[in-house]
Amino acid sequence: MQASLADQRNQGLARSRLIKQRLTLAAWLVLDILALYLIIVLYAQNQQVFALLALVLVSIANYIFWRAKNIAYRYIFPAIAGMLIFIIFPMIYTIGVGFTNFSAANMLKKEQATQFFLNQRFVAGERYAFSLHDIGGGEFQVQIDLEEEGGLQLSEPISDLTSLDERTVFSLEPAIVPLVDPLPIREIINLRSNLNFVDLRSEENEIRVRFFGLREFADVEPRYLLAEDGSLFNQQTGQTLVANDELGFFVDQESLQPVTPGYRVFIGWDNYLKVLTDKRIRDPFLQIFAWTVSFAFLSVVFTLIVGLLLANLLQWDQIKGKAVYRTLLILPYAVPAFISILVFKGLFNQNFGEINMILNGLFGIQPNWMTDPALARTMILIVNTWLGYPYILLLCMGLLQSINTDLYEATAMDGAGPLANLWHITLPSIIKPLTPLLIASFAFNFNNFVLIALLTNGQPDILGATTPAGTTDLLVSYTYRIAFQDTGQNYALGAAIASFIFIVVAGLALLNLKLTKVKV
Amino acid sequence: MAMVQARSTKYRVWASHVFLWLFLALILFPLLMVISISFREGNFATGSIIPEQFSLEHWQLALGIPVERPDGRIIQPPFPVLTWLWNSIKIAVISSTLILLLATTSAYAFARMRFGAKGALLKGMLIFQMFPPVLSLIAIYALFDQLGDVFPWLGINTHAAVIAASLGGMALHIWTIKGYFESIDSSLEEAATMDGATSWQAFWYILLPLSVPILVVVFILAFIMNITEYPVASVLLMDLDKLTMAVGAQQYLSDQNYRWGDFAAAAVLSGIPITVVFLLAQRWLVSGLTSGGVKG
Repeated sequence: MQASLADQRNQGLARSRLIKQRLTLAAWLVLDILALYLIIVLYAQNQQVFALLALVLVSIANYIFWRAKNIAYRYIFPAIAGMLIFIIFPMIYTIGVGFTNFSAANMLKKEQATQFFLNQRFVAGERYAFSLHDIGGGEFQVQIDLEEEGGLQLSEPISDLTSLDERTVFSLEPAIVPLVDPLPIREIINLRSNLNFVDLRSEENEIRVRFFGLREFADVEPRYLLAEDGSLFNQQTGQTLVANDELGFFVDQESLQPVTPGYRVFIGWDNYLKVLTDKRIRDPFLQIFAWTVSFAFLSVVFTLIVGLLLANLLQWDQIKGKAVYRTLLILPYAVPAFISILVFKGLFNQNFGEINMILNGLFGIQPNWMTDPALARTMILIVNTWLGYPYILLLCMGLLQSINTDLYEATAMDGAGPLANLWHITLPSIIKPLTPLLIASFAFNFNNFVLIALLTNGQPDILGATTPAGTTDLLVSYTYRIAFQDTGQNYALGAAIASFIFIVVAGLALLNLKLTKVKV
Repeated sequence: MAMVQARSTKYRVWASHVFLWLFLALILFPLLMVISISFREGNFATGSIIPEQFSLEHWQLALGIPVERPDGRIIQPPFPVLTWLWNSIKIAVISSTLILLLATTSAYAFARMRFGAKGALLKGMLIFQMFPPVLSLIAIYALFDQLGDVFPWLGINTHAAVIAASLGGMALHIWTIKGYFESIDSSLEEAATMDGATSWQAFWYILLPLSVPILVVVFILAFIMNITEYPVASVLLMDLDKLTMAVGAQQYLSDQNYRWGDFAAAAVLSGIPITVVFLLAQRWLVSGLTSGGVKG
């Protein structure tokens, strides 16, 4: 009796395990099919890099789940994959883009650019007015006036116009009974993408016309013909465009002028060299680099001074009401940065800001916070100290608690003042655990994009620069502006500069790792 | 603790209090100012810190209610603040939940299991965490541009893209949770494993219930980081009504359309909840912050 009960339970367990296994298998099949679809589509769209990324990730996922003996990898895979996709892959991709000419003018791949030229049309012959008629039953007819060449002509009924999505030939016949009540232009606008595929031919008049503009059908021909050697012949002007794979442009054979749009090619170290050698890019780059380093350094120094001073005060046990002070003092850290930065932007506004209003009332001055480079930089440091000191304060308060108070008593016996205590006891005891955190803070400020983007957006501009470069720009906001805000959208140059930042950050990260001696 | 008391101590205490209050006045000035401005008439600086003309107009507009002026003009809210707030909260809650889920399972493996490359992975995570996504925005943009061609719901200008991109920044959270797991005695789980529990059951039924405090802390930390995230969202989101608060708020202060008073109300409205959450959680957050990260 007991044995059979146990058997039943075992059978139940086995069954539920089987169901579970099948469910897992099914889930994996669905996931793999989706992934495969993604990979194939990406590959078909000529996006080999992204296809490869997806392939690698899916393979690793499958291997870990089906083959790897150690199940620990299943637990860590999602997080590692997240870092791989959104941190490491973008870094490698960015460095790669730095070696290309990727920009607004060179956005497309070569095949896409060629296709762009091949899709261009020009009117080779006559243009004829037309009207569109709904003849009921979901069918349409185009009536076209060929004038001297054939008078009114009617197309054969087009039954699937609303779903037409590939080029279809319809024949034209002379209109014995002209149609009236044409559809209004509004309907033609709605149907224009379908009308683009209508190809009307009249054999007897040797006429071939296509939808052109909203009111006419015209004899349009492709502007360019693709020659066997890959060059493009312009039927309208007789020019020949030759692909220049070093420039990433089709170039006019005679004038050697490049024609837009260009396409993406690898151009080697050009972008990196440009940053180092082209005077109009190098000078702003070096200026911004110097400001970035001084900004990050001064931010750390100022926040450290304010934070450490306050931490020492709050640590002093003669002071009452510490909890209140503490809460109020860390308020700047608790308010979301994107709000407080914008608040400062408004307060520092030269014309309508409260700060200039108060300064004017007290001293009769109205500093140009937003247009004078030195004042703008001062303002940024003031704001960043405001934003950053609570973090250092919190850190220091934690670290100060671990100092042995006997030391202070001993020095007090010797008549040491607070400054001597700070210099000889407090600082030496906290500097070691504090250093890696200060380096992290330096790295954070080195890339403090949000502050600059919201407060000044790099303004005022550096004069004479060919890229959008501002006196208050940090390297990272400079990169952003080159890539996303400049009309040229020079992603490649932005990526090259981002690669320089990678090197700096990598140095800081390694230094930090060495100093902290992380135990894992 | 018998500190040697000097006669000057009393004066020094007083001086410290005076200094602290003066410092606080300076520090809190911008925050008090913006609250006062949100109740002040008009969009420009006029007069004193305490509003002379009290007005709820900016607050009405921030809450999406049209305002009727005495002369009969009706003023429409300039921006959909509540929509932005909702977008922000939605993105931050979903992101933080996913981050918590994935970071916890990873942290479990890092804390309790042995596997090759564990040390290297942990160190690598620390290093790569120092490269913020803002440095690779070009690539992130291109990545989602491509993904969007295949899966439109994951392309540019979708919230799913912003949520997905946030999954790159888990290293800090993994380290925090791992540290907590390591401080919990593993003998209970070992006993469970002896009795036939799988590693997943040991994790789910034994370790997790013991770790609720750190999970709450990490969730709040991730929530604050996500809701204040600016660079990635500013590149990925385009439509006005898709923006998050962090990206949208700056539109109040553009040179062409400067709305200082309206901004103040919107800023106080969206800033207070986040600030309160932070202040309530800060005692527990400090330990997480000191373990290597800086608030973004």
